[in-house]
Amino acid sequence: MDRTLRLITANPVDQLARTLEAVLVVASAPLSVEELAQAADDDPERIELALGLLSDRFREGRSGIVLEHVAGGYAYRASREAAEACERLFERPVERGLSGPALETLSIVAYLGPCSRPEIARIRGVAADSAVAGLLERGLIAEAGRDDGPGGAVRYRTTPLFERVFGLESAAALPRLDDLGETTADIRERLHSVAVGKTA
Amino acid sequence: MTAVGELELDLDAFEGPFDLLLTLLLKEELEPAEVDMAAIVVAFVERLAEREELDLEACGEFLVLIAALLELKARALFPDEEAELAELEPEEAAEELARRLAEYRRMKEAAAWLAERLAGERDRYFRVGPAPIAPRPERKLAPQDPQQLAATLRLLAEPPPQLSLAHMSLRFPPVSQFLERFRAVLKRRRRFDFDAEVGSLSRVDQAVAFLALLELRKTGEIALEQAASFSPIRVSRPDAERGSEWIERSA
Repeated sequence: MDRTLRLITANPVDQLARTLEAVLVVASAPLSVEELAQAADDDPERIELALGLLSDRFREGRSGIVLEHVAGGYAYRASREAAEACERLFERPVERGLSGPALETLSIVAYLGPCSRPEIARIRGVAADSAVAGLLERGLIAEAGRDDGPGGAVRYRTTPLFERVFGLESAAALPRLDDLGETTADIRERLHSVAVGKTA
Repeated sequence: MTAVGELELDLDAFEGPFDLLLTLLLKEELEPAEVDMAAIVVAFVERLAEREELDLEACGEFLVLIAALLELKARALFPDEEAELAELEPEEAAEELARRLAEYRRMKEAAAWLAERLAGERDRYFRVGPAPIAPRPERKLAPQDPQQLAATLRLLAEPPPQLSLAHMSLRFPPVSQFLERFRAVLKRRRRFDFDAEVGSLSRVDQAVAFLALLELRKTGEIALEQAASFSPIRVSRPDAERGSEWIERSA
């Protein structure tokens, strides 16, 4: 019996890519390679191969939806060129109206977390209750146990949503703290110059 | 209260005149830690700038009040560190102050970086759904045949069979009825076979008849004989049984 010539061959990785595409469309949060491997019941190495295919297929300038590596996993988002259209329809409740004190509190939790409200207040010099409550409500931080000892204060850490909102692949993508701000020596020098100026 | 007292404030924790803020703080109805002192100073300086004249009296009054408030706030924020810091030498205190300022400065820079990042990500839209990932099942089901599953489901959809309530209306005949009956039979015959006598009756009647038989045996009115388990039960008058034994022995 003659076999018909098949012009299109079914690539098994392509098939896997379609499965991942479906799972990612349903997901409401980024999925890690391990989670995708479990969902597709396949090998993590093949998952990464299929994700490579999808990343190329769903990228800025080529597709209206973009696959991004964010918050320790993979997720779809709208392409940046469609932002205006999205803005006309959708709110951004998480990041809307994030105040300066809230961002300061958020950065303290991101760098020093898990940390408690008294620790945050010690650094900022202002009680952090309302800022912490607002960040909790937005889902940018979450409770992460308590300080040691009886009656220990609740500690907070940032959530995967924080990484997603700020477009970070992980917490490691934050700039090094040592690279930010003045050093202790700089500030000491400045204090000294002010003191000298006063006495002069 | 003079111009300072009338200073209108619009802070996160409070909105109103400065003297009301002071009253609330002194009555402990407002936490000093909640109040942004820098914002009060900024408001006062703006007020001075608007007036375009330096009211020294107001400035002095303000300085005294804000210094007292700052001390109140510092004590509320760092109650445990007060004694610790008091023991520091001036050099050490300056070093500690510089360390803390540096720490706060770094966090302010980090916050600025986050704000900048947020502005850069303003055109990134994504779905934020509350639906959590389903819990992973502990054990996977073996592959199932859809037809078989459908058939099983269909069975579940069928109405259950009508329950019979016939047993609820069972009528048990009185035991006395059979007592009389067996006594009458034994008057006519010396012995009879129980199974043959009640064979035509219902199961319930047979059970009641058996109870009557046991009752008659208890009172010694009859003798019972059964060769083996489940073999026919022979019922006789007690004297008839003895009589047959005597015949058998004498024979």
